[in-house]
Amino acid sequence: MIDSTAQMRRYYAFYSLSFLAFVIALGVLEYYGMPPRWIGYSFLFLTIVLYATIGVMARTSNVAEYYVAGRKIPSVFNGMATGADWMSAASFMGLAGTLYHTGYQGLAYVMGWTGGFVLVALLLAPYLRRFGQYTIPDFLATRYGGNAARLVGVFATVLASFVYVVAQIYGVGLITSRFVGLQFEIGVFVGLAGILVCSFLGGMRAVTWTQVAQYLVLTVAYVVPVAMLSFKVTGVPVPQVMYGRVMQKIELLEHKISNDPAEIAARLLYQQRADTYSAKIAGLPESLGEERRWLSVQIEKLKNSNVPMRDVFALERQRRELPKTAEGARDYWDALMQQATQHGAALTPHAEPFPGKDDASRQTARLNFITLVFCLMVGTAALPHVLMRYYTTPSVREARNSVFWSLLFILALYLTAPAYAVFAKYEIFSNLVGATIDQLPSWVGAWGKVGMVSIEDINLDGIVQLAELSLNPDVIVLATPEIAGLPYVISGLVAAGALAAALSTADGLLLTIASALSHDVYYKIFRPNATTQWRLVVSKTLLLVVAVLAALFASQKPATILYMVSWAFSLAGAAFFPALVLGIFWKRANKAGAISGMVVGLLITAYYMVRVQFDAIPWLGIHGIGMEPWLGIQSTSSGVWGVGVGFLTIIVVSLLTDSPSRDTLDFVESVRSPEFPVS
Amino acid sequence: MTPLQKQREYWQRTRRMTVFLLVIWFVVTFVVSFYARDLSRFSIFGFPFGFYVGAQGALIIYVLIIWYYARYMNALDKKYGAREGED
Repeated sequence: MIDSTAQMRRYYAFYSLSFLAFVIALGVLEYYGMPPRWIGYSFLFLTIVLYATIGVMARTSNVAEYYVAGRKIPSVFNGMATGADWMSAASFMGLAGTLYHTGYQGLAYVMGWTGGFVLVALLLAPYLRRFGQYTIPDFLATRYGGNAARLVGVFATVLASFVYVVAQIYGVGLITSRFVGLQFEIGVFVGLAGILVCSFLGGMRAVTWTQVAQYLVLTVAYVVPVAMLSFKVTGVPVPQVMYGRVMQKIELLEHKISNDPAEIAARLLYQQRADTYSAKIAGLPESLGEERRWLSVQIEKLKNSNVPMRDVFALERQRRELPKTAEGARDYWDALMQQATQHGAALTPHAEPFPGKDDASRQTARLNFITLVFCLMVGTAALPHVLMRYYTTPSVREARNSVFWSLLFILALYLTAPAYAVFAKYEIFSNLVGATIDQLPSWVGAWGKVGMVSIEDINLDGIVQLAELSLNPDVIVLATPEIAGLPYVISGLVAAGALAAALSTADGLLLTIASALSHDVYYKIFRPNATTQWRLVVSKTLLLVVAVLAALFASQKPATILYMVSWAFSLAGAAFFPALVLGIFWKRANKAGAISGMVVGLLITAYYMVRVQFDAIPWLGIHGIGMEPWLGIQSTSSGVWGVGVGFLTIIVVSLLTDSPSRDTLDFVESVRSPEFPVS
Repeated sequence: MTPLQKQREYWQRTRRMTVFLLVIWFVVTFVVSFYARDLSRFSIFGFPFGFYVGAQGALIIYVLIIWYYARYMNALDKKYGAREGED
């Protein structure tokens, strides 16, 4: 199916046109009264069938085809596939929401996730392609001699990719449960089936061609709604250019909202609520008993009066949810206190870099911004599922071109995300804030039902203040079509796009994990004489096991998508980046240095991440392990320590031990430059 | 020129170009971000300058860096008559 580029172009041109026709047809059907539920079904069903068809058509049982798509993917298509591989549920759903909430600070993700490709292009992709094996641990093993480096590489690959894949499957669960109305846990497993059809049958070849299709769906789905919103607000459907002007309007609105007396009063009420929780925490363990007694008294009082039963139930639920132990109560109240503090905090100006109430907090904001950018960039240049893609091009030259195409295709989404946030913010600030609570726009109710939007009238004035609005970051992209008053078919399109983003990344990740285990551990270490057929059987079995495990984890709803993804970046960056870069650019780096550097980097990162992020791990029975972050750097940037220490360890240990062998030095030469004929 | 000399020269040029482009990358990413507050007093296309660089300017420069690198290196391969490309 896959031999000529011209033929592939024709296929995908035909495919794009059919997809467009399909969207328009659904739009027409909606106009004639097709119920929204069916539109949701058709989108999800049709796109999954489509990906599966490509997966089946590109199935393979050849090892080179399975692991690296036969090294026959032209650079443009590899760029698209990398784009889809790269843009995950976090980019698609989380990014615009984060930008909405944090303004300038959120740009760290935009810069980090694009600038990392400069490192990929300059430091890694061409050299890995020239090396030309199958996995990243392959490179480590050849460069640093032996299975120890390979095993550390496999461990880090599996760890980082697994954290990342859990986030994707979680995203799939969210989408299917919201748009098709499946239960979250069932949605997770339905999505899983979609993921497996592609990666299971055809390995890298099938995944690549499916990802090209998914790239097209997700980009169209991302850009269309915000272009329409831009047209509605400014009259020009090019949001990337127009949002500067809208930002100026937002600045005026921010000023107006911050000085609104009702707004100030609402914030004050939230601050007082936070203080109450803080007092309760200080009064532990006695305050827990007091709280329970107080609630019981209230419930009795209400039962004997004429208030609606709903209020009584609400209080009873509150009593039920009250934890049994003092430690539990501390965590419970602490979460509530933080929530109230957030609502009570002053408005963050959208365009202002590093906002803060004093110089010290501005410095911390700046440091966090810069370290996060650094971690995301280094992580980009170290995530095995992205680096592996550059093994699939036909030549080094094509690998270089392919990085360019990758970033170009990725920019379609990343240049749009900040515009998304701004247009959504403008709509919310100008139409939702100040509306009366009994006449809310319909999207608030629709998304309120699934718990993504809520409004609490804390000052009881019947009008929405900004402080009273809670908005889950993921909702911004998903709800924009409704916020802009677009037909439901566009919402279906967005859901299909989000699904494509999550599925494509999950496919790439699962394949990477399975390759690391089957190729690196099973074939290279345990059974070097295994037959090709048997290797593929092992790989496919492992893929299935890992996928089911990831789905089980995801159905526990561990943390927010963006957090999980940032951790994966920090872990991958700390483990791989120093060893890979020094392996190519510093001949003196040796086995002992690389292994110790990778292990130390990984450990430091994991240690910092766990202690800063979690004060308690209830299911392990661990409490009170939280620590103050060093220099105020958050857990999402923990890789900054790991990468720094990793580089240092490799250099110091390498210099203290013997220089690498002649063979290794020759190997480095062979990776650095092409063969020159004698002339 | 012997293959060994070629190899040495090729690697030297590669390294020089890599360092040069990394410096641009570093300035655009970290130096500009570090001074974003001060730079936001200026505005460009209706955006505050600091915001614009983070949201669009830096991204466009990244893609240009990669484009230029690919062009330069592919030309370098050709110039030194590298036996590569169609394996």
